[in-house]
Amino acid sequence: MTRQRKAVALISGGLDSMLAARLILGQDIHIEGINFYTGFCVEGHTHAIRNKDKSKPKRNNALWVAEQLGIRLHIVEVIDEYKDIVINPKHGYGANLNPCLDCKGFMVRKAVEWMRENDFDFIITGEVIGQRPKSQRRDTMPVVARESGADELLLRPLCAKLLPLTRAEKEGWVDREKLMGFSGRSRKPQMALAAQYGFKDYAQPAGGCCFLTDENYARKLADLWAGRGQRDYELDDIMLLKVGRHLRPRPHFKLIVGRDEGENNFLRGYTTRFTHFYAKSHLGPLVLLDGQADHSDVRLAAEITARFGKGRNADKVVISVHEQNGEERDLTVTPLAPERIPQEWYL
Amino acid sequence: MKHRLDARNLICPMPVIRTQDKIKTLETGDRLEVTCTDPGALNDIPAWCRINGHRIVQTRSQNHEIVITIEVGALGQ
Repeated sequence: MTRQRKAVALISGGLDSMLAARLILGQDIHIEGINFYTGFCVEGHTHAIRNKDKSKPKRNNALWVAEQLGIRLHIVEVIDEYKDIVINPKHGYGANLNPCLDCKGFMVRKAVEWMRENDFDFIITGEVIGQRPKSQRRDTMPVVARESGADELLLRPLCAKLLPLTRAEKEGWVDREKLMGFSGRSRKPQMALAAQYGFKDYAQPAGGCCFLTDENYARKLADLWAGRGQRDYELDDIMLLKVGRHLRPRPHFKLIVGRDEGENNFLRGYTTRFTHFYAKSHLGPLVLLDGQADHSDVRLAAEITARFGKGRNADKVVISVHEQNGEERDLTVTPLAPERIPQEWYL
Repeated sequence: MKHRLDARNLICPMPVIRTQDKIKTLETGDRLEVTCTDPGALNDIPAWCRINGHRIVQTRSQNHEIVITIEVGALGQ
């Protein structure tokens, strides 16, 4: 008796990877999902930190997809390993700081490792020829298969009929005739297939699944590197780029200003690591200072903190200053006038 | 056995990942009490448990913290 074949499916939480896995589930293949957490995934809940976002569903779409499909999901943290992909992408960046082709190759390579460690037979992705301008083109899809080491163990069920045979098809583990031949940027074939399977309420992220494709986010990351004089980051750095209003009044420091109670609560978790400010005489934001600051810089930061609080029109605001070394003191300042905050300070 | 996991000040999916990694080291029937601060964990950890065969015993909130108690299932850690 032949054993049931096993496939590991890359599950992003979007529709394509869901459909790809579903197509293969229908062919008596045991499937388990894998999802990689890079730190830049939109799937995290940072979008729901702000008060205005509290009403949005907080589900993790990769988990939701796995539950719809009835498969297990393994979420793998790759934050440190992924740094090299972001900082030194062999194939360069897309429109912003998104290293899409290197990223896809990296994730498939990690899936290959997982597949071998867990005695699985092949890998499934939801890639579609022509769907993405960099990583999902007819000429770059072989690059992903080759550089990841997956080669013919990589099956793309949504466009398989347009690609050379993979091992799963050659060996008869899956029936190629039941796979698809999707191509191009249109979402209509996927939506029709989703309707056929009865999938509703699937995620349709407008900006993709990665913050690195976001222009504003990429600008803040580039500023972080420029401010520190080196292209590197820690997880906390990239988390903080998603939260608050960021201003760089001087090249050697920037401020992260909470925009509401939700963000202030989030930033509070970082107060032991950053010099921080808040108004004692009025309601206002929690502000973190990232970088080096002398006495005049600290006063400027206090004036800006006052500017973004309820005391913005007051003559004087008392700001509590907590230095990184644990020293605390109060500074009484006049809120910085809006015309003294140039637009170029905003990141 | 009862075990504890501190996942405070982590944003999802990190509490799920830490829970998943901890459960790999436990035995079927063990209980794990996870403390989180991200409200997203209220959805994500139970969802992860459902698809991986573990049981939520209790969920409670106290002082901006969420405490989720999980009983490790037999599906395979």
